[in-house]
Amino acid sequence: MMELVCPAGTPAALRAAVETGAHAVYCGFADETNARNFPGLNFSPEELAEAVAFAHARGAKVLVAINTFPRAGAEPLWHRALANAEAAGADAVILADIGLLAHAADRHPGLRRHLSVQAAAANPDAINLYASAFGVRRVVLPRVLTVDEIAAINREIDVETEVFVFGGLCVMAEGRCSLSSYATGQSPNMNGVCSPASHVVYAEEGSDLAARLGGFTIHRTPKSAPAPYPTLCKGCFTSGEQTGHIFEDPVSLDATHLIPKLAKAGVSALKIEGRQRSRAYVAQVVRAFRAAVEAQAAGLPLPESVLARLTEGQAATAGAYAKTWR
Amino acid sequence: MELTVGPNFFFWPAETVRGFYRELSDAPVSRVVLGELVCSKRLPFWQGEIPGAIEALVEAGKEVAITSLALITLKRERKLTAELQDLGLPVEVNDLTALAHVPEGQPFWVGPLVNIYNEGTLRWLIRRGARRVCLPPELTLASIAVLARLGREEGVPVEVWGHGRLPLAISGRCYHARLHDRAKDSCQFVCDQDPDGRDVETLDGQSFLAVNGVQTLSQSTASMAHQVAALEEAGVAALRLSPQSQGFRAICAGYADRLAGRIDGAGLEAMLRPMVPGGRLSDGFLAGPSGAHWSAATEPA
Repeated sequence: MMELVCPAGTPAALRAAVETGAHAVYCGFADETNARNFPGLNFSPEELAEAVAFAHARGAKVLVAINTFPRAGAEPLWHRALANAEAAGADAVILADIGLLAHAADRHPGLRRHLSVQAAAANPDAINLYASAFGVRRVVLPRVLTVDEIAAINREIDVETEVFVFGGLCVMAEGRCSLSSYATGQSPNMNGVCSPASHVVYAEEGSDLAARLGGFTIHRTPKSAPAPYPTLCKGCFTSGEQTGHIFEDPVSLDATHLIPKLAKAGVSALKIEGRQRSRAYVAQVVRAFRAAVEAQAAGLPLPESVLARLTEGQAATAGAYAKTWR
Repeated sequence: MELTVGPNFFFWPAETVRGFYRELSDAPVSRVVLGELVCSKRLPFWQGEIPGAIEALVEAGKEVAITSLALITLKRERKLTAELQDLGLPVEVNDLTALAHVPEGQPFWVGPLVNIYNEGTLRWLIRRGARRVCLPPELTLASIAVLARLGREEGVPVEVWGHGRLPLAISGRCYHARLHDRAKDSCQFVCDQDPDGRDVETLDGQSFLAVNGVQTLSQSTASMAHQVAALEEAGVAALRLSPQSQGFRAICAGYADRLAGRIDGAGLEAMLRPMVPGGRLSDGFLAGPSGAHWSAATEPA
């Protein structure tokens, strides 16, 4: 069965994910060492140790994301996060930075290393380089690849692959985008945040609600309509004669229907985005996906009815997995 | 500090490329990185110009390196990347994939699209053979100072972004094709219509970004005009100047004058403003509070 890797922004969400069928849960420390460094989220070292004990007692794994790029002069913070993850009994760490990977391979050789999507390793040459240089055992593939390309990659590498199937969608190569810091000074790579709420201002202007990020208008919606969060790359802009979602529509990723193809492409693990999501959301999504991977493993059709409900009312895309997306 | 010219980001006609490098060969810059960075589909249209450009630049006494692509996914692109070695020039790695093709011990350069944020990463790349690095434009002055110091200790010059629209993101999706309602595979090379990228404004008409095929750039032109003293003090070895379609040789000369102390920051700014596309400048990644900010602005950007 493909491993189901589920998000946990809080200890409560982690317990919910484990109880509803996650094979593995990923989470991070409550600081800038992880790429979901949002207020009120994430784990202290003590909480992580308790969470690992809880998960292990129920046969689930815990993967710790330490996937920002350490700040020059401040590497000890990230090194401590590695040591804390190992001490807590984490099953693996998810890393993106070359220096941190080298440190982990050298100082924590027994701690399994996964390559974060933030490293954007998009072909066998790059993946094999990370595997041979740092002993990486699994790579989370960037969301720029088609299913056929993923299959081709799996034929040329010896490490496992994990792909995103549900949740938020980056349209840029992950870990290689500084749009957020251009507008706000805060970026995923440096601060673990993208389009941070601290820099969002909503303004009622006539019949519109304008949403601005760092002073830049990301979209305008009629006051009566629901306003999406102003994530920079999902904004509405103008170029020449055209106005619209120049980079990406405000959609989220749903590759549910591709699960059989991804299995055939040799993918080991399916990842659900959403460490910022509620415990209830996590439980609902995990339950549905566990049923889907079990059906897939048993050679049965996917339980469409369960999965259809998840994206109800929201636009979804298969993203780069379909070649026409490009 | 010295001046390094980076690879041209844009899709220019072959004869424009030829004229550009001919003019650059007598510009006051120490080295030039050339080659296709953004999109492998463009390369067949202008790759015939590369040998001549290399020859002219080397003859003029410039150091020359060849860049890798910024995002390598296709088999054809991997092959192209492997073949960069055959040119006998240092390869500037702008996607780590290119490093997989550099034999152990062979020197290489590292470009601004490789994530060097800290000492551990810089040290690892130097051990692997990096002989010159250009840091990511996103870094703050404090980070630059730490990394430039390490570079000096290790004998590896550290460059920073000096001039040009900032390379903010790279994607699997082509935004130029999307704007023309085409898929990437049937793009018909529409990015050739915008020699400095296609401007993107906010709904309130604020100057914001520019798209260049699969690449997203800042609409402002980043310039270190006012940061030269701080960067010198930080131990930075060179400024990287990124090509633009108009007046680039004069821009190189302007920065050379600035480094030699013949003009000050305000003098260089006054010269640049009418020359850069759209007339907007920024240096906020270095000076704060955000990348789009211009430290010498008299009113909010």
